[in-house]
Amino acid sequence: MSFTTFQLGGIHPPERKELVAASAIEEMKSPQKVIIPLSQHIGAPCKASVEVGQEVKAGQVIGAPEGFVSAAVHSSIGGKVAAFESVLMPIGRMVPAIVVERPANRQDEAWHPAQDDKDYLKRSPDELKSRIKAAGIVGMGGATFPTHVKISPPKEKPIDAVIINGAECEPYLCADHRVMLESPEPVIEGLKILMTVLGVSKGYVGIEANKPDAVERMLEAAKGANIEVRTLQIKYPQGAEKMLIKSILDREVPAGGLPMDVGVVVQNVGTAYAIYEACRYGKPLIERVVSVTGGGVNNPKNLRVKVGTPISQLIESCGGLKSSAGKVISGGPMMGFAFFDLNTPVTKGTSGIVVLEDKDATGNDKYYNCIRCGRCVEACPMGLMPLMLSLYSEKGHYADAKDYKLFDCFECGSCTYVCPANRPIVQQIKLAKTQVKP
Amino acid sequence: MEAGKNNNLIVSVSPHLRSGESINRIMWTVTASLLPAYAMGFYYFGPKAVFVTLFCILGSMGSEYFVQKLAGKEISLKDGSAVLTGLLLGMNMPSSVPYYIPLVSSFVAVAITKQLFGGIGYNVFNPALMGRAFALITWPRAMTTWAEPTADFTGMDAKTTATPLGILKEQGVDKLLEVFGDKMHLYSELLLGHRAGSLGETSVIAILVGAAFLLVRGYITLRIPAAFLGSVAAGAWVFGGKQGIFTGDPLIHLLSGGLMLGAFYMATDYVTCPTTKKGQVFFGIGCGLLTILIRLKAGYPEGVMFAILIMNCFTPLIDRGFKTKVFGAKKKA
Repeated sequence: MSFTTFQLGGIHPPERKELVAASAIEEMKSPQKVIIPLSQHIGAPCKASVEVGQEVKAGQVIGAPEGFVSAAVHSSIGGKVAAFESVLMPIGRMVPAIVVERPANRQDEAWHPAQDDKDYLKRSPDELKSRIKAAGIVGMGGATFPTHVKISPPKEKPIDAVIINGAECEPYLCADHRVMLESPEPVIEGLKILMTVLGVSKGYVGIEANKPDAVERMLEAAKGANIEVRTLQIKYPQGAEKMLIKSILDREVPAGGLPMDVGVVVQNVGTAYAIYEACRYGKPLIERVVSVTGGGVNNPKNLRVKVGTPISQLIESCGGLKSSAGKVISGGPMMGFAFFDLNTPVTKGTSGIVVLEDKDATGNDKYYNCIRCGRCVEACPMGLMPLMLSLYSEKGHYADAKDYKLFDCFECGSCTYVCPANRPIVQQIKLAKTQVKP
Repeated sequence: MEAGKNNNLIVSVSPHLRSGESINRIMWTVTASLLPAYAMGFYYFGPKAVFVTLFCILGSMGSEYFVQKLAGKEISLKDGSAVLTGLLLGMNMPSSVPYYIPLVSSFVAVAITKQLFGGIGYNVFNPALMGRAFALITWPRAMTTWAEPTADFTGMDAKTTATPLGILKEQGVDKLLEVFGDKMHLYSELLLGHRAGSLGETSVIAILVGAAFLLVRGYITLRIPAAFLGSVAAGAWVFGGKQGIFTGDPLIHLLSGGLMLGAFYMATDYVTCPTTKKGQVFFGIGCGLLTILIRLKAGYPEGVMFAILIMNCFTPLIDRGFKTKVFGAKKKA
C-alpha cells in the first residue's frame, strides 16, 4: 500500500521507535526544584515578573512576554523563587532562567483547573486566542514558535486548512505517537479549536505509516467532524511543515515563504493537546510528554514532565545511563542538539531525550573531499544542491552560496546523513547563513 | 566536576546519525563489480592481461603515494580510488602493450590528472581515461595493436588482428559480417566478448553483470548510461548506414568498442559527471553524440574515451545550467 508523501528527496534512517513505542506515558513525580528559562520560544525573551524569595503557585506567570513574538512562562511547581541564574541550553546559548524550589517538607502541589469551560468551541476566536496566549503555548515539535502568533495571520493571507502534525519523523521519538494513542480526543478537540479560531472548515491530521494504531484512534476520535486523518509514507523529514503540506494538500509553500502563504497553519500534536487544555481548563503550558530513549539509557520511557525539570532527573527515573552511554541529545537524532550538562532543564520544545551508545555516537569525525556523488542532491527535500553550499562555505565564499539558495535550507540534515565523505554539510550551511544576509 | 556534568559525553553537531556509507566502501564495491569483466579479459587474453592491469594498479598506487608524500598530505591509498583507477586503466588497454606504458600512463592518470588537481574530488577529468588518452597519443601503434582473443591461454604471443570497429571503419560492414560469419554470430560474439579490443571492455555480458550490481545497490543510476547508449544507438541508426539515413545497425555500435565500459563505469564517475538529474541526462546525450560523431566521421574507429573526456570539461557548466528546481520556487513567467 502506498501512502501520500512529498516528492523531492527524503531519507529513511533506522526508526528505532520500538524502544518506547509501546510504553504508556508515565507521570513523572514533581521535582523539588525547577529551572525555568525565560526564553523557551523563538522571539523576544520574557521579562521576569517575580522576585527572589517570592512564593509562586504552580501555573503562575513568572515571566511576562516582551513583544508580539514571545510567550509567557509559568512556574511548573508551587514553591519559592530561589534564584535568577543563567542556564546553558542545548543549543549552546546561555539563557536567563528562574529557579523555583519547593521546601523539602512541602507536599507536591498539583495544578488546579482555573475553569471548566465545556463550551469552549462556542467562544469567539479572540477569546480562544487570548486563552492560548495566556497559556504561553509554543510549537512543541521543537521549533517553539509562539502559537498565538501563528494563528494570527494577516488579513491578506486567508487560511483554509489546519494540519495537525503527527508525522513524528525523527527516529527514536514517540511522544506524539503516545499522545495520539492515549488522548486522541483532546488532540482532535485542539484541532477543532484551531479551526474555530482560524475560521476554517477543514482539518487534517498527518501521521506516518509506522503508527497505524494512532491512525486508528485518531480516526475514531475525529468521527463526525470535518477532519481527515491521513496516513503518510515513512520518510524523513515528513514532519517538516513544508513537506507535510506538500504531502497532504499537494501545495508548495513558496521559497522563502510561510505555510500561511498557501493558506495553511500546521500545529504539532502536543501543541494541539496543550491548546485544548488551555481553552477548556485555562491550563498553562507547564508540562509536556518527553520520550527518554536510546540504547544508552537503562529503561526507556515516555514521561509527562514538568517544564524546568533537570534532564538528569528524567534519566534517573529511567534507570540512569548505561556505562555505554556516549551522547545525550535534546530532540531527535537528526536535528537535535547534543549536550553535556545534564542539569539542563526540559523546556516547552523538548520532544525527547535520546541517549546514544558510545558505539553509535558519531562525533566530530574526520571528513574528506566531496566526491560529487550527488547523494545529497537526491536526499534534499528542498531540491537544493547541498554539495555546492558545503563547498562554498568550506572555502569561505559565503556569498556564492546564496546563488544556490542557501536560505531555502531548513537544516533537516538529510544531506549530511547520506554523505559518504562524512562532510558536515548542514553545519557548513548553518555557518554560511550566519555570514551573509538573506 | 560539577554534579550532572559528564565529561565522557560526546558533544557534536547534528545529525547524530549517519548512513554508514563511505568513500572507501563505494570505491571497493565498484572495484569488485568490475571483476566479472576483468575475469573475462583474463579468459580471452591470457596472463598478459593480468600483468598489464597489475602494472596499472601498482603504478596508480605508487603515483598516489609519491605525490601525497611529496606534498606532505595524508596517504589515502586505502580509500581504494587509486586501485579502481588502475584497474579501469588496465582494462582499457590492449593486452599486448609493453609494461612501461601501463606504468607511465597510470602516473599521468593518478599523479597528474588527479593528485595535482587537488586529489580525489577535485579532478576535472576521469583519471583512467586521461591516462589512456595520453598512452594512445604517445604510443599510437602499441595502443592499437590488438591481440586476437583466445581461450587457451596463449595470449603471450598471440596473433594480432583489428577490432570490430576498426574493421567497420576501414572495410565496412560487409567485411565485418564476413569475419564473424553472420549477424547473429557477430552479435553473440560481441556480447560474450570474443573479439579484439581492450582487455576489459570486450565482454558486454560481464560488464552488464557488474553494472546491474551497482544499479541494484544504488551506486549508479541509469540516467547517464541510458542517455549515452540511447544517443549512440540513435546516432548509429540514423547516420551509420551506407544507403542513406535510418539504415545503420545500432546493435553493432552498442556492443562494440569501449561503449559499455565507458557508459557504465567511466561516464558515471561521480567526480567528473554532473550531479543533477537533468544535467546527467544532458551529459549522457552529449557523450553519446560525440561518440558516434567520432566513430563515423573522425579519424579514430572508437570515440568513447574522447567523448567522455570532452564532456568532462562541460560538467561544471552543465551543473550550473541545470541547477535543481528548488522546492516552492516561483515558476518563470
